Amino acid sequence: MTQVDELAQALLKKAKARGATEGDIMIVEGDSFSVRVRLGQIDKLEHAQEHQLGIRLFFGKRSAVTSTSDLSPASLDRLIEDTCTLAQSTAEDRVSGLPVVEHCVKSVPDLDLWDSQSPSLSMDEKIELAKRVESVALNYDPRITNSEGGSFDHYAARILYANSHAVMGQYQTSGFSISVVPVATENGSMQRDYWYSHRRKYSQLDAVEKVGQIAAMRTVRRLGAKKVKTQTAPVAFEPLMAARLLAHLTAALSGYAVYKGASFLAGKLGTQVASPQVTIVDDGTLTGGLGSRPFDGEGIITRRTPVIECGILKSYLLDTYSGRKLGMGSTGNAARSVGDSPTVSPNNFYMAPGPWSPAQIIQSVKSGLYVTELIGFGVNLATGDFSQGASGLWIERGEFSYPVEEITIAGNLTQMFSDIEMIGNDLELHRKVSAPTLKISRMTIAGE
Amino acid sequence: MKQQLVKSESFFLDRFGITPREVEHTIGQVLGGAVDYADLYFEYRILDSVSLEEGMVKHASKNVIQGVGVRAVAQEKTGYAFSHDISLENLQLAAGTARYIADRPSQDTAVGIDGFKRPDRDLYPIQTPVTEVGLPEKIALLNQIDIIGRQYDPRIKHVMASLASQYKVILVATSQGLVIGDIQPLTRLNVTCIAEERGNRQTGMCGGGGRVEFSFFYDRDRYRYYTIEAARRAILNLSAEEAPAGMMTVVLGPGWPGILLHEAIGHGLEGDFNRKEVSAFTGRIGQKVASELCTIVDDGTLPFRRGSLNIDDEGTPTSRTVLIEKGILRGYLQDRLNARLMNMPLTGNGRRESFAHAPMPRMTNTFMMAGGSTPEEIIRSVKSGLYAVAFGGGQVNITSGKFVFSASEAYRIEEGRLTSPVKGATLIGNGPDILTRVSMVGSDLKLDEGIGTCGKDGQTVPVGVGLPTIRIDGITVGGTQ
Repeated sequence: MTQVDELAQALLKKAKARGATEGDIMIVEGDSFSVRVRLGQIDKLEHAQEHQLGIRLFFGKRSAVTSTSDLSPASLDRLIEDTCTLAQSTAEDRVSGLPVVEHCVKSVPDLDLWDSQSPSLSMDEKIELAKRVESVALNYDPRITNSEGGSFDHYAARILYANSHAVMGQYQTSGFSISVVPVATENGSMQRDYWYSHRRKYSQLDAVEKVGQIAAMRTVRRLGAKKVKTQTAPVAFEPLMAARLLAHLTAALSGYAVYKGASFLAGKLGTQVASPQVTIVDDGTLTGGLGSRPFDGEGIITRRTPVIECGILKSYLLDTYSGRKLGMGSTGNAARSVGDSPTVSPNNFYMAPGPWSPAQIIQSVKSGLYVTELIGFGVNLATGDFSQGASGLWIERGEFSYPVEEITIAGNLTQMFSDIEMIGNDLELHRKVSAPTLKISRMTIAGE
Repeated sequence: MKQQLVKSESFFLDRFGITPREVEHTIGQVLGGAVDYADLYFEYRILDSVSLEEGMVKHASKNVIQGVGVRAVAQEKTGYAFSHDISLENLQLAAGTARYIADRPSQDTAVGIDGFKRPDRDLYPIQTPVTEVGLPEKIALLNQIDIIGRQYDPRIKHVMASLASQYKVILVATSQGLVIGDIQPLTRLNVTCIAEERGNRQTGMCGGGGRVEFSFFYDRDRYRYYTIEAARRAILNLSAEEAPAGMMTVVLGPGWPGILLHEAIGHGLEGDFNRKEVSAFTGRIGQKVASELCTIVDDGTLPFRRGSLNIDDEGTPTSRTVLIEKGILRGYLQDRLNARLMNMPLTGNGRRESFAHAPMPRMTNTFMMAGGSTPEEIIRSVKSGLYAVAFGGGQVNITSGKFVFSASEAYRIEEGRLTSPVKGATLIGNGPDILTRVSMVGSDLKLDEGIGTCGKDGQTVPVGVGLPTIRIDGITVGGTQ
């Protein structure tokens, strides 16, 4: 990587010589491996090496971004030329510019995002993991008759950021995952579901037995699903689906959606936007977190940001630009794909756990829905209107009764977050966006 | 790239100094043992984008992506490796990884290449790719859109517009001796308007494009149409009522509502899912899966369309494939691997997002043929129901067959007449039986404006859809009332 930081500095120097007033560079190098096994045989094995360099240049208040995967000197010279030409044609935007140097990373904290102890697994061992997770699922129940495959994935990446304030930082990340998609058949109809484990470190992965069994259990319990009558009823969300609701919230919290008036949360800072039981945090600093990073996409050190406390909206998710538009400071949430201007994305974003066990939540429902799958888009962030395809389990008198599918659930996110009646104690922070089991007191379910 | 039209066959060899001999040798290296097919996929792509918001073109970007993918196939096994670095050394490294799926060593002999081929036709003969059009001209287009949007109604508070273009050069070399290239331009203009009235905020979107030149957006004042449509939808939604909930008769308008076909049957008819027997349509060729009013095709040969291609990403010419003929399931969409294993014909649907991905069966332009009813008589025939004309995205679970698509402009139908506009809602149905409920098909077949992007297994590709006005006797509408 030392050559890479010299390269970044040299390019910024060249850009300055061409008249750029400031600029930044991002370089991402990655190596990834993936194998999928289906019915015991390799289905697809993939290996990739990637590198990309992105540069953003400012000419006063005008700017442009370019990127390339061709790192030859001639190509990089042309890239600088192109960026300068583009940047000088865009409009002057008075709030544009790099973050102030005081907010940028000085020394990079070690958040333990890279598996330095990872065993050097042989290709055969990796394939064996994929085979085993699939085989556990296939042997779980005679009704599991087919599979879309068991997989093992591994990636490692290095990320470098440098800007013309002489800021420079780099870090390494890694990730491992095992997953399986079993297919079950009964009375001529098929169902599939999945499960996975994804961690920064190999040693933290769940056992293949656990992953395979959960996937199979989830698949088999969908067999015989039917529609229910159109009605309003309480709706409980398993943690994975509760996290989907939170993901919609992250999009509405983005400073960009807020300053454009494209978010139902615009103008709501300091007001009650959810039930008083709800506390939501964005934290980029969790050790080993899948959403952790020492600095964000514009070199700002990450932090812990309380977003909603006891139902009151405390903060949006901001980068430097959207923060300036709203008269606020960055929250360290700049996302940056190499070839684009920064946008906003969450770090580790989660809802704090509540007092109830998932079993107590199910028991509290006389007649209602437990959601295990949501499909489609169907969310309007400007209004909060929500309407998505769902499947799951019907709850009768506090117990799972039968599986349901081909229904929709609809409401409005503002109302839904206000109607959160119970929050589970089962929060696990193994995803970028995570939540415990949730119960919403009332939603419209459309079916027959 | 401005210099004379590039020829894809010489582009890569000139640019990276790789000789035809080395290509032959690399493929030879992958073959042998269990490996019975191999190919190389070279790609060079320029992506550029300009966007406007708050009356300013704040952002301009240009990205250059290049790389090579090496694939080995041994019956149903695929080995794939790729690199951003196109060099002989990396080609050989990738070849070694890809052939890991084979159990015995490679034969390591060169495969004979018959010489370079070009596609037999050019579905997108363009003079100047949009990536070569100067930034000032693009800025001028976006600025006009901003003015038109704001003038439409004082309640339009924000206008956002973006123009994204790509210029893609590909070259496919296969172990069957085929070496063929293509140059694939693509562009898309999107407009979003936000309307606001007494704290009620609504968005409206419209856009279009294809494998076309910049002048496409000025022809027939398309840019103006997109802008006015986006603004009109935003304003309309200010007065929309809550959508109904439950099973009801739904009339779909022509064009983009064809996303119904893409989700309800298109994915379920892709060869890979049927070979693996995980599709709700598995083993149903020859069976009735739709009303006899329904004939549905996938056609990658329509000139200038977003979903069209001269050749697919395995070098096979695209074609017109009849999926459903008068209600009977006729065919699947195939790539090489699945066509061979299923012993079915190639259909030119082997597509990939980029060199970083192995190909899979994917749709091109999927649409229903026109029928005999007028749109007016279809609406008039409905006592009580929903008329949906604009949609956002959709999704399907191909195994259970359940699919959704979300309306963004819809009206109630009462006593054969359109009445109040209703808010967006998701529609959910079952792919294998939804088309059996099609009771009327309009004469007004229309293809979409050219904005569709389809995602599958982590890969996105541009696609098209089309539909005449149709009546469906019963689908679940996911509103709140």
